[in-house]
Amino acid sequence: MNHALILPILLPLITGASLLLLYRLPFGVQRLVGLASTLGLVGLGAWALVAAGGGEYRLYHAGDWPAPFGIVLILDRLSALMLALTALLGLACLLYASRGIDRRGAHFHALFQFQLAGLNGAFLTGDLFNLFVFFEILLIASYALLLHGGGRARSRAGLHYVIINLVGSALFLIALGTLYGLTGTLNMADLALEVAAAPPGDAPLLAAASMVLLVVFGIKAAILPLLFWLPRAYSASSAPVAALFAIMTKVGIYAILRVFLLVFGLGEAPVNAAAWQWLWPLALLTLALGGVGVLGSDSLRTLTAYLVIISVGTLLATLSLVTPATLGAALFYLIHSTGMAAAFFLLADLLGQQREEGYDRFSVEAPMGHRALLGGLFFLAAIAAVGLPPFGGFVSKVWILQASADEPRGLWLWALLLAAALLTLIAVSRTGSRWFWRPGPATAPRPLDRGCLAVVCALVALNGVLAALGEPVMGYLALTAEQLLTPEAYIAAMLPETLALAPEVSP
Amino acid sequence: MELLYAMTLGVLTTCGVYLLLRARTFTVILGLTLLSHAVNLYLFASGRLVAGAPAIVGLTDRSADPLPQALVLTAIVIGFAMTAFVVVLALKAAVELRNDHVDGENPDEDRL
Repeated sequence: MNHALILPILLPLITGASLLLLYRLPFGVQRLVGLASTLGLVGLGAWALVAAGGGEYRLYHAGDWPAPFGIVLILDRLSALMLALTALLGLACLLYASRGIDRRGAHFHALFQFQLAGLNGAFLTGDLFNLFVFFEILLIASYALLLHGGGRARSRAGLHYVIINLVGSALFLIALGTLYGLTGTLNMADLALEVAAAPPGDAPLLAAASMVLLVVFGIKAAILPLLFWLPRAYSASSAPVAALFAIMTKVGIYAILRVFLLVFGLGEAPVNAAAWQWLWPLALLTLALGGVGVLGSDSLRTLTAYLVIISVGTLLATLSLVTPATLGAALFYLIHSTGMAAAFFLLADLLGQQREEGYDRFSVEAPMGHRALLGGLFFLAAIAAVGLPPFGGFVSKVWILQASADEPRGLWLWALLLAAALLTLIAVSRTGSRWFWRPGPATAPRPLDRGCLAVVCALVALNGVLAALGEPVMGYLALTAEQLLTPEAYIAAMLPETLALAPEVSP
Repeated sequence: MELLYAMTLGVLTTCGVYLLLRARTFTVILGLTLLSHAVNLYLFASGRLVAGAPAIVGLTDRSADPLPQALVLTAIVIGFAMTAFVVVLALKAAVELRNDHVDGENPDEDRL
């Protein structure tokens, strides 16, 4: 058996554990080990993209136990995409953190690797209980990373974040217990067949379990009634950690896609129809709230946190239209928005350090060092974040608008998406003029960290590359969407015999 | 047995949710603990309640479903670790913020 598929989980897990054991090593060596592991993950992500690109599923049976009895990892185009995105984002955040922020507390690099292991595991697993376990791994690492560096604001935000996620975990287990009690399996493919073949008497309980799961993933993804932990938590954490957290809401969205398109997507009256009906208005309201929040933020980090909320609203609204075109467009937007949210969190730190006082607060007016260079960078990053040409955001928004135009209710999405973009444009241009134009030049500019600057520039440039490579990327994503909408192929790959035995189950 | 089990679950969940909605971190943590107990029992019951049957196939005529037992073991370990973490975090927050309100400050009390 080819063991490459479990490496994205094992590599950071082993690296993290050995970093904990060898904490007496010189700090430079720890940094190098962490960076080497993350570089390895970038390589594995590229391998995964190529391996899944052909359209076949790759499986890894842990301990060679056949599905649905053993633990199975499965790689398809969507998982490969998320793996590669996580690895690239992780590398950028780790490089930024290695310029000094990782020294502000203990075990930064070990925690960072555990976080990556949890994320990769959640993207690869084909088993619902395993998804819960990997969620817990990435959450407990994120609790510690959020608090890294200490301080009152972090303790306060951390308490909310930890408690709401613990309640989410309890709800996750309730949903899993209900599903297992009804179907007797937790393997996603097997579960899909069982749910489709369930007697009508079980339908209300299945619907309840699916709704509880939607709440759990909604907490992770930060959809409207469940998002109030996000702005405080993201704006309290240190810059590289907040930038890495840009992928955390996307984990919730990935889980929604995986579970509701596969597990609850089969049968004559699929259970997921109710979920899409709930998601559509809630996602639109999330989008509207994000737009208002961006305009009303008091610091650049809070503004970026609301940018994350806008991206969640846009993504979920687009996804809940469930056509091949909207799914592909949403995935393109996912890549763009993750990268830009991370770039903005890092940029907020970079700019805050150069301001003479006030860090990233809007209420304080202070001169900024290296005005021309940083102003230019902020200008480009703002264009990319709002979604104006020539950056990836423009391509993704045009694709979303085009894809949703075929749907009658897509008009709502048009209105809110464009309004939110306008509000973002106003907010960032206000920030730019306040910070770079109004105050005079700094009297004694602090030295600018070239490494940090290079990381932010690279993230903004990658967004431009995303637009330049728009065509091949869009082709890949269109195929990904197609794969997501044919859960029968997933089930056939996971359970070759079962499908042959029960062909009447598949729709 | 089923009735007693269901009532225990109900009482644990009710108390857990009530305590969870209180404003002090200590009661919130107690609520989380009760809720996780209820969840563990619920998960255990998802394999159906059978008495006097081992979780090994072939020893007796009837056998209990072993999978929920494995699941609940995992859930207990994770829940225990999380409770320990949140207790330490609550203590840290209480020391740093000088009160144990979940928002870090009590709106009803005058600030010093």
